[in-house]
Amino acid sequence: MHMPLQDTLGLNLLAANQHQADHNRDHFNAWRLLCINVMSSPGAGKTSLLERSLASLASDLAMAVLEGDMTTQLDAQRLEAVGVPVVPITTGRACHLDAAMVSGGLKLLQQRLDPASLDLLWVENVGNLVCPAEFEVGEHRKVALLSVTEGDDKPLKYPVMFREAHCVLITKTDLLPHLPVEVERIEAHIRAVNPRCTVIRVSASSGEGLDSWHGWVRAQQRAVCDPKASTGSPARASAASPSLVLS
Amino acid sequence: MHEVDMTRCLLLSMNQWKQRHAPHTPRVRRVHLQVGTFTCVEPQQLLTTWRAAVQGSWLEGVGLVIDTVPLVGRCVVCNGTYKPDPGQAYRSPCCDHPLEEIVSGRELRIRSVEYSLDTATDFTPANPLTTAAAV
Ligand SMILES: Nc1nc2c(ncn2[C@@H]2O[C@H](COP(=O)(O)OP(=O)(O)OP(=O)(O)O)[C@@H](O)[C@H]2O)c(=O)[nH]1
Ligand SMILES: [Mg+2]
Ligand SMILES: [Zn+2]
Repeated sequence: MHMPLQDTLGLNLLAANQHQADHNRDHFNAWRLLCINVMSSPGAGKTSLLERSLASLASDLAMAVLEGDMTTQLDAQRLEAVGVPVVPITTGRACHLDAAMVSGGLKLLQQRLDPASLDLLWVENVGNLVCPAEFEVGEHRKVALLSVTEGDDKPLKYPVMFREAHCVLITKTDLLPHLPVEVERIEAHIRAVNPRCTVIRVSASSGEGLDSWHGWVRAQQRAVCDPKASTGSPARASAASPSLVLS
Repeated sequence: MHEVDMTRCLLLSMNQWKQRHAPHTPRVRRVHLQVGTFTCVEPQQLLTTWRAAVQGSWLEGVGLVIDTVPLVGRCVVCNGTYKPDPGQAYRSPCCDHPLEEIVSGRELRIRSVEYSLDTATDFTPANPLTTAAAV
């Protein structure tokens, strides 16, 4: 005999990943470090920006990088050259990092250093504007890069990524004089899907905007790792629905 | 693509759900999902990867029913709701305000599971003859 039954679950489809991501974040909080997930389409300038930022922020922040490179270790080598510990996470053909991969990277990192000695952990995600936005890895902040060469319609075509980002960096602004693109239009399209995020124009080549960007990073680091010293901005928040963590 | 990973997450959740019913094994008929249009999920892709993933598992042949949920925003100026034009326009047509509040469209949810519990395995069979005949 079969009795037809129905269970209402109302469960997050990605509950398994979310569970691991929350677990990672618990570790980050225990270690009192800020984790930033850096995302963009391939080649928007994630590694180039990190090269500049690591060099510049290293004077006052202890950092490490988890590098999600599809198949090679080229990006990891570029960043290691700056003198910051880098753990490559070879993702194979995966189109995004997930929380389990980052957890694996953390274990490798722990073989090299005590994460509690860090202030800031960068995660360079796989170059992809679509799914990294849906797979949390335990980060406190999401940063999305959009280079001026990609065209001003990308925030409209890949809205989820730009909606989820706490900070959007418009990169390669040194190329603007050579392109038929208006940076104001790019900004307007980002704002249309996410009026609350911070938008900063940067160039890893000319150095434009890097001071503001680094100011934003430092402010987030203080807010998450030393919330009493800051004005109480939330430790963990989706751009759309902020929620508090950390005590 | 990422639908493969989503299916894997879904299977993990289904396995956990099954364990809640131990020692009985629920016979699942259908799994209902809610998928918002303001996500990176392609429902058709999800159906395809589901069919491939459950082959040979305890969920083989189980139907996946996907309800798509449209993107609806709320204009915080006039408090009216509106449906943005995905890929084109997200500002409110009433007041030309950015997409500040999302009412629906971000759902990625396992809503419910339709199943039955095979009571024959739970109790002594009603008709011992059938069991005897089967031996
Ligand atoms: N003109 C200019 N070129 C840049 C800038 N930043 C990066 N590039 C160039 O853009 C290309 C890609 O840069 P990467 O830093 O490797 O980009 P990425 O996002 O890390 O790429 P993937 O990790 O492969 O997705 C390289 O040729 C860089 O030299 C910039 O600010 N200005
Ligand atoms: Mg890179
Ligand atoms: Zn309105």
